[in-house]
Parts: sequence; structure tokens; C-alpha cells
Amino acid sequence: MTASVQPPTPTQAIRVAPRIRRFGRASYLGLGVSALLVIVLAVLPYYVPLGSTREVTNLFIYVILATSWNLLAGFGGMVSIGQQAYIGLGAYGLVTLAGLLGMNQLLAIPFVALVCAVIAIPISYAVFRLVGGYFAVGTWVVAEMIRLLTIRVPELGGGSGISVAPMPGLDRDMRIAVGYWAALVVAVLVIAGVVLIARSKLGLALMAVRDEPVAAATSGVNVTSAKRIVFVVAAAAAGAAGALLAISTLNVQPTAVYGVQWSAYMIFIVVIGGVGSIEGPLIGAFLFWALQVLLADYGELYLIGLGVLGVVMVLFAPGGIWGLITRKQRVNLFPIGYRLDQR
Amino acid sequence: MDLLSALLQGILLGGLYALFATGLSFMFGVMRIVNLAHGALAVFAAYGVLILVRAGITNPLLALLIVVPLMAALGYLLQRTILQRTLTESPLPSLLVTFGLSIIIENLLLLTQSANQQRLSLGALDTASISLFGGIRIGVFPLCVLIFTLLVLTALSLLMRKTQFGRLVRAVSDDPDTVALSGASPKHIYGIAAAIAFGLVAVAGMANGVQAGFNPTSGGLLLIFAFEAVIIGGLGSLWGTLLGAMLLGVVQTVTASFDSTLFQFAGHLVFFVFLVFLPNGLIRRKVRL
Repeated sequence: MTASVQPPTPTQAIRVAPRIRRFGRASYLGLGVSALLVIVLAVLPYYVPLGSTREVTNLFIYVILATSWNLLAGFGGMVSIGQQAYIGLGAYGLVTLAGLLGMNQLLAIPFVALVCAVIAIPISYAVFRLVGGYFAVGTWVVAEMIRLLTIRVPELGGGSGISVAPMPGLDRDMRIAVGYWAALVVAVLVIAGVVLIARSKLGLALMAVRDEPVAAATSGVNVTSAKRIVFVVAAAAAGAAGALLAISTLNVQPTAVYGVQWSAYMIFIVVIGGVGSIEGPLIGAFLFWALQVLLADYGELYLIGLGVLGVVMVLFAPGGIWGLITRKQRVNLFPIGYRLDQR
Repeated sequence: MDLLSALLQGILLGGLYALFATGLSFMFGVMRIVNLAHGALAVFAAYGVLILVRAGITNPLLALLIVVPLMAALGYLLQRTILQRTLTESPLPSLLVTFGLSIIIENLLLLTQSANQQRLSLGALDTASISLFGGIRIGVFPLCVLIFTLLVLTALSLLMRKTQFGRLVRAVSDDPDTVALSGASPKHIYGIAAAIAFGLVAVAGMANGVQAGFNPTSGGLLLIFAFEAVIIGGLGSLWGTLLGAMLLGVVQTVTASFDSTLFQFAGHLVFFVFLVFLPNGLIRRKVRL
């Protein structure tokens, strides 16, 4: 705006009015780079050894879990330590549909996700009676109940677990690659889904609920239904992750799939990467995965280190790594916010 | 008669659960922190006792005289240095930090101790029992734990209602800023509350070590049982928590007398039933704590 002694005329005022945009330069760049990355990842199995393909499949599973947990906690304000309920249900769902009923494994993934979503609806009515920390432990109890019920089913191998027959008609290389591609597709869908939710009216409502539930409710936001949708979507994503895990490892053990360590992984990934952003969980998942590949032999020490890092992050950098990167200037690689351009 | 025996065992077990739950609900009542590391801290304290026992203090009760003050000091320090920073409008930071602490403690124990089940022994007291009518026997140690829990609950509620410190704690729980204006230090009071909770959890961890045994990862289930007792009893009521703990214990032991593999599930189920049908628990009081 030029320094003028005269007050601006109406036409000038209109010309200098700010423009509201969703796509900034970073968003175009971000989407472009993401698209390129997905293409590179899609052809990766042709160029890297089999072991690496399997490792990267785990990365995709972490991305799915972290992104969906971030939707729950970062956008919905619900700290769940019971998402392993759906990971286990997803894994055992795949065993049931593909192993016992003979459904195609890839086709079984969306079915399993749907089943987890449906199961999450009645669960949400129970655990939504609790808030904050009591909600967290409540979700854990539900996961424990589902684990205890699962091990009572002899057809599912009881307490010792059950193995999954590999996909028929495929050799070992192709089978691992197909599992990898399936995980990549689910990861992309989950990220896209969370971006779309965060952009939508629902996302706006959720963030309002997270930041000030009473004010949001008085402004006409249906707090409970907004939270319920997120809870169900996160359950479906965790279920799909569980199914992918079963396809990838070909072995489902109750203590492994229903273990609370999954919640620890999700929390550390999201907290270290940056809670409440789309980018944070992706950074966190990559970091967590890379460190795990490098430090696989250090088991406990690795988790202690992550725990300390997570606690330090919550205390001193609540925005995580992504928060530190964007400290000076707000950047959205994914167009979820609005930006005001002052021309 | 077996049923009556199981019922009595359950009530005694409830005493132990109530001891766990007291620390959990005390911290929540005073500073609105749900300490997700509660179970891990109990196991941590039990290992503290075990290490002292191995170092030559053969009686775990004597070792407890060292571990309880240490845990209380740890609680005060942890509250002042780390937990105080997480006290915001949002429950997110305190949950993430306490969950992080539980993972750190658990893996620290896995790293330094074996993953085997451990048990603390009080010698003859472990198995000592009193004969009641009709050939029913109850354990002396679980009875001692229940009596101790009753004493702790009485002392706590007297402390809260009758003393200057109790008034300060209740005031801080309602409005820390105003308490700070009148010259008291809410942070110090929070620290003492955490010290009390940590001291209690140390006793509970040791008692559990004698009654049931423990391993580095058994903290999770202890947290869950304490939490279930709090919810069944009704949030914010100390005596409700005791009733909730007893109901939880009774349901677990009575069910286990029919099918021992259903011990845990029965407890979760009664919690779940309360959550759905009686979300206010057995006793709901307006006054928190």
C-alpha cells in the first residue's frame, strides 16, 4: 500500500483487500514432491533387494498408524493407548477372511478396515464416557478385552498365534512386492483421507473441539459426532495396518499384534515428528523407522532413548521436528489451512 | 463354601487394588494428572526392594523403609521438574510425558533386570493364614494389606479435611492461581502430593510383589486394575474407590474359582458394564477428592 495522505477510496480499498488462498507455493511444491516420491516408491521393489522391500513395508505401516493416531490425538484431542485393539482385529480379520474363508488377501484389506470401523462404533459409545487420561486407559482396557477374547478362539490359534498362508500363485519376490504395494496404497489413501478431513468442515470442527470444547459446542459443533467419526476412521486405518502386518509377516501372534508397544510407537512417532500437523507424523515415522533399522540390536536401549526424546520434545518443542522447522514461517506442504495474502 | 472363600479373597485383593488406586486418584484429584506411569512406578519400587533384599537387607519391609522415602523424593522431584511443565489446559502433554515415563521405566528394567517373574518373600508371613468358621482360611498378609489400606484412606481423608495442609491441597486443586496470590506455593503443594502418591505406590508395588509377583512389564496391568477400581467406585471418591476395588477383586476371584483363565477378563467386563450402564460408579460425590 502506498503511503498516502488521503484516505483510500472504495475502489482502492477493494484492490488492497487480502486474498484468502488454500494453496501456497509450499503446497504446490509439497504436492509435487509427494507425487514424485510416491512414483519413486512405487517402482522401488524393482531396484532394491527383497529385504529392503520388506523393511520399507514396515515404514508404510508406521506411516498409516502414526497418521491415524495423529488424527485422533492431534486433531481430535483424544489420546488413545488402545489402537492395538484394531491392529490385532485387523490382523486376525485377515486371518479369518483370507486364511479361513479363502478370500483374496488384497480384497480382504478393505473388508477388514470396514469391520474394524463397525466394531469401533459401539466401543466409542462406551469409551466416550471417559475423558483425558481416563479415556486413554479405557481404550487400553478395550484392547485387552479384545485380546483376551481372541485367544479363546481355538480356530485362531489361541494364545500361540496362527500363521497366514502366502498369497497363492505368486513367487516369494512378487508376494513381498505385492504386500509392499498394498501398504503403499493404503498409506497414500490414509494420508489423503486425513488431509481431506483436516480441510473439511469436520476438520475445522475437530480443531475447535480440541482447542476449546465448550466454545465449540456453543458455536453449534456437534462435538461427540465429530469425535466419533474420527475415532471410527482411525480404527479403520489401524485395522488396515494390522491386515498389512499379517500379510507382510505371515504370522499373527496375540501378544505381538495386541501389544501396547504399538501405542508407544505411535505416540513417539507423532510427538517427535510433530503432533497436529500432516507433515509431522511422516517425518516422525521415517525417523523412527530409520533408527529402528539402524539400531535393531539395541531393543530396550532404543526405546529408552526414544522415550527420553519424546518427553524432551513434549516439554521443550511441543510442535515436534516439524514445529521446529516451521518456527519462523508457517509452511503447509499439504493445503489444510487458509493463508491470507497481503498484496 | 468355596464361593464364600473366593468372596473373602476378593475383598482382600480389593485392598491391594485400592492401595494402587489411591495414589492414582490422589494425583488426579490434586493436579488433574492421570499418571500413566503409575503401574510402572509400582514395579520400579518393587525392583528397588528386590535389589535391597539381594544386597543384604533380608526383610522387604525394612527395605521399604528406604524405598518409600526415595520414591517420595523422586515423586517430588519429578513433579517439580517435569510434570509441572505439563500442567496446561490440554491433558495431552501430561499424558504423553507419563506414558513416555512408563515406557522408559519398563525398558530400563528389561535392560538391567531379567524378564523373569520375581517374587518378594516375607518368610512365614507369605503363606500364613487364619482359620475362620467352616474351614475357610484367609491369608494374613493380604489382611494386613487391607488394614493398611484402610488406615491410609482414613489418614488421607483426615489429612484432607482437618489439617491446614489439606485445606491448601483442596484450594490448590480448585484454583492454584488464587492460592498463589495468598502466599502459598501451588508448585510445592503439587510436589508434596506427588510425593505422597509415589510413596503409596511404592508400598503397593511391594505388597503386590509379595502377593502376586512381578516382572518388568507387569506395570500395565496394575495401572489398568487401579483405573478400573477408580471408575467402578466413582471418580473423585476415595471410599468409592475402595468399594470399586473390592468389587473388582471379588468379581475376579469368584470368576476365577470357576475358570481361572477368566480372572482378568471378568475384571475388565465388570468395568465395562459399569462404564456403559453406571458411568457415575458406585459413589459419585460432587466434591472432588
